[in-house]
Amino acid sequence: MTTHYLILSGLLFAIGAMGVLIRRNAIVVFMCVELMLNACNLAFVTFSRQVGNLEGQIIAFFVMVVAAAEVVVGLAIIVTIFRTRRSASVDDANLLKY
Amino acid sequence: MESQLAEIVQHTGGVIGNAWLMIAFPLVGAFILLVFNRFTNRWGHLLGVAMSLASFVVAVLAFVELLGFGEEERRRAVHLYEFIPGMVDMGLLIDPLSISFALLITGVGSLIHIYSIGYMAHDEHRRRFFSYLNLFVAAMLLLVLADNYVGLFIGWEGVGLASYLLIGFWQFKPSAATAAKKAFVVNRVGDFGLLVGMFVIWTTFGTLTFKGLGEQIAPGTENGTMLAIGLLLLLGACGKSAQLPLQSWLLDAMEGPTPVSALIHAATMVTAGVYLVVRSGAFFFPEGSGAALAVAIVGAATLLAGAIIGCAKDDIKKGLAGSTMSQIGYMMLGAGLGPAGYAFAIGHLITHGFFKADMFLGAGSVMHGMNDEVDMRKYGALRKVMPVTFVTFFIGYLAIIGFPLLSGYFTKDGIIETAVHHQPILGWLAVLGAGITGFYMSRMVFMTFFGEKRWADDVHPHESPLVMTVPLMILSLGSIFLGGYLILSNRLLDWLTPAVGAPAVRPEFHFTSVPGLATLALVAVGAIIAWIKYGRVPVPAVQPRGSFLTTFARRDLYGDALNESLFMRPGQWLTRLAVFFDNRGIDGVVNGLAAGIGGSSGRLRRIQTGFARTYALSILIGAALLTGALLFVGNI
Amino acid sequence: MGETITFWVLAVVSVGAALGMVFNRKAVYSALMLGTVMLCLAVLYAVQDAPFLAAVQIIVYTGAIMMLFLFVLMLVGVDSSDSFVETIKGQRFWAILAGLGFVVLIVVAIGNVVFAPQVGLTTVTEQGGGYIRSIATELFTTYVFAFEITSALLITAALGAMVLAHREQLTDKPTQKDLSRARFRGDHPSPLPGPGTYARNNAVDMPARLPDGSAAESSVNRYIARYDVEHGRLPQDPELAEAIRHTAEENVPQTEAEQSSNEVTK
Repeated sequence: MTTHYLILSGLLFAIGAMGVLIRRNAIVVFMCVELMLNACNLAFVTFSRQVGNLEGQIIAFFVMVVAAAEVVVGLAIIVTIFRTRRSASVDDANLLKY
Repeated sequence: MESQLAEIVQHTGGVIGNAWLMIAFPLVGAFILLVFNRFTNRWGHLLGVAMSLASFVVAVLAFVELLGFGEEERRRAVHLYEFIPGMVDMGLLIDPLSISFALLITGVGSLIHIYSIGYMAHDEHRRRFFSYLNLFVAAMLLLVLADNYVGLFIGWEGVGLASYLLIGFWQFKPSAATAAKKAFVVNRVGDFGLLVGMFVIWTTFGTLTFKGLGEQIAPGTENGTMLAIGLLLLLGACGKSAQLPLQSWLLDAMEGPTPVSALIHAATMVTAGVYLVVRSGAFFFPEGSGAALAVAIVGAATLLAGAIIGCAKDDIKKGLAGSTMSQIGYMMLGAGLGPAGYAFAIGHLITHGFFKADMFLGAGSVMHGMNDEVDMRKYGALRKVMPVTFVTFFIGYLAIIGFPLLSGYFTKDGIIETAVHHQPILGWLAVLGAGITGFYMSRMVFMTFFGEKRWADDVHPHESPLVMTVPLMILSLGSIFLGGYLILSNRLLDWLTPAVGAPAVRPEFHFTSVPGLATLALVAVGAIIAWIKYGRVPVPAVQPRGSFLTTFARRDLYGDALNESLFMRPGQWLTRLAVFFDNRGIDGVVNGLAAGIGGSSGRLRRIQTGFARTYALSILIGAALLTGALLFVGNI
Repeated sequence: MGETITFWVLAVVSVGAALGMVFNRKAVYSALMLGTVMLCLAVLYAVQDAPFLAAVQIIVYTGAIMMLFLFVLMLVGVDSSDSFVETIKGQRFWAILAGLGFVVLIVVAIGNVVFAPQVGLTTVTEQGGGYIRSIATELFTTYVFAFEITSALLITAALGAMVLAHREQLTDKPTQKDLSRARFRGDHPSPLPGPGTYARNNAVDMPARLPDGSAAESSVNRYIARYDVEHGRLPQDPELAEAIRHTAEENVPQTEAEQSSNEVTK
């Protein structure tokens, strides 16, 4: 079963990564990032059962905490950007370039 | 002929032991005036005069003390301090030669200081002027009193600096600033010669003191090295004394205030070259050597060139400058004749210091009364409005053309006679030069003091104040009597013998020698021609076009043109070539490299699109590649 | 067997939902899809001997984080769906290529590994005196510092969010007097026109008729007008359709009053 779970995890991770690359809406991009984190969590939990060790779950727990913090700050940034630029597109914030 | 300088008596105490005070007084004066700046404005000129006079007093006392020694003990060395350890100690050499110079410098210098109080009365920077004058006096005294070439060189550069500062004293005039720069640059050429000469002396003999050289060099030694040293020193002397081919700066130097022209560019500094030749005479210019001949030739050429230039100048100061060149040419000619000529050269130097300073100051007095007008065509008939100036100037004039029994007569005649005896060709050239001198000096006097008045309506000539005329009177007294006193019965010759050696044949002054009479005749002819051309007929107020010869003289014998075409233009081409190579070659490589890197980075930076998604894509591709690599490695 | 069935069902659902999230034009739908994925994952956690994590997943992710997402979505605006036209050249091609490549690599990597039989967590939890007790022991002994640091992190994040979202009040807050004055200075001192005398229907997306019979553009909300245009619900009457289209294209700059009311909402 471990293999199945890991492949599912990888699949979800890849889908999330593609979403990040394809979507322009900052909020959707952010959701994709969350999906990637969740995919990682799945792998952690799977490995935790595979090796019979609770630490994988602990790490997954910490990942969730960090993800929560990240979401809070990230969404605040999106709101701020939106307020000044009237746009939630990640492509519009492209002034920092050559 | 013995090298006298080998036997120098070490001296301590007394006035001579403290001879450094001579240098210290004006140096302190210059220091105070420069450092305390505006606070000394009110009494600065008085301090300057006081310091110069104090120096003169020390010089006189040292002279008196020196007279107290026996003839063979009149070479006193004063050790001051260790200057460059293992190379040279700073010390002073008080001997008849140096003390004569010191007396001339401080004496005439003090008179000119006093004169300057009046002349510069209306200049707001008078205090600065006096600080420079004091600086000059200090440097000049160091030059003549030092007992080694290093000290001499320091003084040499010091007077160069003072000369530069004083020529450019009115630096708001572009011509003055340019003239100062020109003097500085041309002098650097000469200084280069002097410096290299010193290097060669040091490598050859391992000493730079006169005493050390006197011990090492047998009298009359002549070889290639000595000749090289002699020519290098001559180059230095030419630069400082405005001798051919480095004469071009002196005429422009007249842009400075007139007292400067009198003190530095007539009486003292420009004679430093003569001093150098005479002082080094025993070592590097032995009688009859190639170097000495070169000195004599340079002198003869310059005396003619200066005289010719003097004939065509309408600017009274430039005319006098040409005359100065010419008279220093006489001194050089004398100095190139060995001990026989030294006494006459130094004698002429001293009397010239008096009568030329007299005439320069007289010219200054005229300018002072004529609203700083220097064009002689705008003078005329000034003898009535400026009687004292006229009389003193006229005495100087008589002295310089060699009117019998005046100073110039004895000294110049001495040089001419000795030259005719030793180097007949140069001697007769000197006779010719004397004739030309008669012409141009008479022209100057006629144009300035005689004839119709040609000055502008708004000019009101007046006699100068006493503070200016008294120095004139004193100087004219010297112009009358000094020459006869020094030359008759060989007083100066005997006095200088301990320092420069005695001539093989003791000269006798003949009032009726052939060259002397020929000189007198030529001078008379020159004066008469001048009278015909400038005294009898009115002088045109506008400069006539003149013949080719006149233009030749007016353009300073095309000296500047020669310098420009020989040095300036090739230099410019060389510079342009260097700039071209620098721009295209060196800069090309550097700039090309930079442009290459800049261009490629310019293209490379296009990767930074600003789109976060592009960056994320590169991260994902990188992660995928890394995973692939790990898999690949793991499978091996 | 039960686990296998659960896995396959949830795997299919979660992958489908994930794809749906990525390829849905509307952000709200994407958020709902993400919620689905997370719920699926919660069940998978529960199946894999991680009931605590499953609970946390539902509470924190589906409960808190998803709510936050939806909240921000509402703030930013749900009125328009995203355009799917790719503006960066080659981005989509390379993204899909890299994603697929990554999947292939993961599959190859995991497929190459032969796993030992699962150890399972029973032993560990029995040693620790129960599942929750074991987790608690781990959290508050071995990882106590990490735990404390995460609490600091959370506080910092909360503060940071407040600082970021805070906007300094630069002008005085408009009073009712200011608002009414602004209204009278503006284009419409009166309320926007309602259905006029000659109205032929009472739908909110239909413009009213003015007394001269022409359509009153300003009587239609522009969001509604835009919806009509996007979804092709324009009326037959060309005059009304033109009026609606015109309203939808109108880009009215926000008045000061509107902005401040927006802020109140935020």
